[in-house]
Amino acid sequence: MTVHADYRLSQLDELEGESIHIFREVAAEFEKPVLMFSGGKDSIVMMRLAEKAFFPAKIPFPVLQIDTGYDFPEVLSCRDSWVSRLGVRLIVASVEEAIAKGVVVDDGKTSRNRMQTGTLLHAIEEHGFTALFGGGRRDEEKARAKERVYSHRDDFGQWDPKNQRPELWSLYNGRIHAGEHMRIFPLSNWTELDIWHYLGQEQVEIPSIYCAHRRRVFERDGMLLSESEHNPLRPGETVEERTVRFRTVGDLTLTGCVESDADTIPAIIDEISIARLTERGATRGDDRFSEAAMEDRKREGYF
Amino acid sequence: MTGIDSGTPGRPSMDLLRFATAGSVDDGKSTLIGRLLLDSKSIFADQLAAVEATSVSRGYDYTDLALLTDGLRSEREQGITIDVAYRYFATPNRKFIIADTPGHVQYTRNMVTGASTADLGLVLVDARQGLTEQSRRHAVILSLLRVPHLVLCVNKMDLVEYSQERFHEIHKEFTSFATKLSIPDLTIIPISALKGDNVVTRSKDMDWYEGPSLLHHLENIHVASDRDLVDTRFPVQYVVRPKSDEYHDYRGYAGRVAGGILKPGDDVLVLPSGMTSKISEIDLFDKALQEAFPPMSVTVRLEDDVDVSRGDMICRPQNAPTPSQDIDAMVCWMSTTPLRPRQKVAIKHTTRTARALIKDVLYRLDVNSLHRDLETKELTLNEIGRVQLRTTIPLLCDPYEKNRTTGSFILIDEATGVTLGAGMIN
Repeated sequence: MTVHADYRLSQLDELEGESIHIFREVAAEFEKPVLMFSGGKDSIVMMRLAEKAFFPAKIPFPVLQIDTGYDFPEVLSCRDSWVSRLGVRLIVASVEEAIAKGVVVDDGKTSRNRMQTGTLLHAIEEHGFTALFGGGRRDEEKARAKERVYSHRDDFGQWDPKNQRPELWSLYNGRIHAGEHMRIFPLSNWTELDIWHYLGQEQVEIPSIYCAHRRRVFERDGMLLSESEHNPLRPGETVEERTVRFRTVGDLTLTGCVESDADTIPAIIDEISIARLTERGATRGDDRFSEAAMEDRKREGYF
Repeated sequence: MTGIDSGTPGRPSMDLLRFATAGSVDDGKSTLIGRLLLDSKSIFADQLAAVEATSVSRGYDYTDLALLTDGLRSEREQGITIDVAYRYFATPNRKFIIADTPGHVQYTRNMVTGASTADLGLVLVDARQGLTEQSRRHAVILSLLRVPHLVLCVNKMDLVEYSQERFHEIHKEFTSFATKLSIPDLTIIPISALKGDNVVTRSKDMDWYEGPSLLHHLENIHVASDRDLVDTRFPVQYVVRPKSDEYHDYRGYAGRVAGGILKPGDDVLVLPSGMTSKISEIDLFDKALQEAFPPMSVTVRLEDDVDVSRGDMICRPQNAPTPSQDIDAMVCWMSTTPLRPRQKVAIKHTTRTARALIKDVLYRLDVNSLHRDLETKELTLNEIGRVQLRTTIPLLCDPYEKNRTTGSFILIDEATGVTLGAGMIN
């Protein structure tokens, strides 16, 4: 970083400064924070910011991942590489285990993504976490546009959109009662493009499935899904190999890919800059069910 | 600086502008924001398709751009915006964050919230109606929150035949009203959000207007100079002590620069202890910086092993805030339970949290007329007034007009944990 003569910061430097401030504030004020890590690009940026916020000390809180059992292997390997490089403690809360313990019920219709909610809330209670860092951005979806940086959750992990605390300046109110917790969104003001520009600038490891690669895929409901033992083919569906990449990573039974030749971060940025579909609308089956799908899931305690 | 001096393709060379808008359904604010998002190509095909479909199903003659910006379901049902919503768009040189708030008096607290972080405030008036109580209120709130730049958009010029005369009437009326306020920089632009006149491109129907379009103005306004680059203020947020073999003796004070320019070698004073030292290093991750300025988050190391902890302030020996337990401030009340003298609350100021006693309510300010009501001894939801508090420990504060970070605080209910109010120190 060199300093510009008129003391202007680039938008990435300013966003980085704002996010680092949030990480430090939470580490100073909360007893048991934890960083939610999915291995997706947003959580990679979160790890990077946390690394910078406390450097040269280690990140002073553990990392929590909800294992749906349907995660992309490339994502899990990226997670492991980050965790070992930073020397942070990884806690994995497994949806499979939660089903086995009866914490969540697999009725055969509910998606794994949706079952993450119960698994997550159980993990929060079990470990007594008081603050959970999430990678949510306000530009992702209409329901998130009014989300606070500090988002208060009650005993049931629920979000009440009508009863949010006003958030002024950079003075965050972290007061909670026993049993409650706060969701913290340091990337609130970042957009999808900011995330990619930052990943390009920082040159850090991201899951390989974000970049174009050959993959065996099939079409379902207008989405391209990956061939997998978890994705049994339905009548009429056929698998073929195409050059694709993923714009988001999640449950592989629901996360579609797009045909793309973008195999580097600059190429991805060029592609996104002219893309005409939002990342969620295009490739996330779980957001398509209703216009208010995200708001419903948020109320229940999803991120 | 990342992006600015690098010739690497794909890297941005842009900065950030935060602006606040306030307004009701009728004055075209949502249409204006929709227009900015659409014309700057920040709207995606699926979002636009959803809005087009809704417009058709409601029987509108044109696509209602206002639908792009309404968020939560309850608001969709009521057709109103009831909270602060944040929107994002970017042009090649600048990223914009819009804090979009409703304009009615019952949402004053939302307007105050939106204005608190804004570099610029945008007030809309309907050219047919001219200044209303609501547009005056927005300007008053922006001025109280010391938003350095104000833009008045005289909207719906298409409905007054793009009349220069009408524009000048409103221009004159607002300028005269603005003399009662503190507005360092005022720009007035005639626009039509619906037709797009002077929003992104200059209007063909108003050749008498020689100023910039709204977007051109937003793109070119200089905001870095609004920050205090003179008075060094570094509230310590977190102490970094790695306790590792490699960094055995490392002790860094992490925080966000609130004022001034910090450099290695600077003499510093640490408050409240009053100890002095010199800055040895300024770190940002693994880089040593030559200087740090607002709003950078850095880690400062000192030459001497002085005792510094969260809540302390690093400043200069000849330029320090006065520690004080008696605070005189303008407070915007945000709770349904009124603020009354003798009430005890928690107060959060920079990185310092204390308890405070409300000593007195000096007056209530009418945000429409600027009238001071000296009779009232309480503030109810959405009211703003001058309040005196006594804190349990000294706060290291500056007047809000000098520094928006070291001059602001929030009040918190100790029992429920909710944010009760926001204060600006006099």
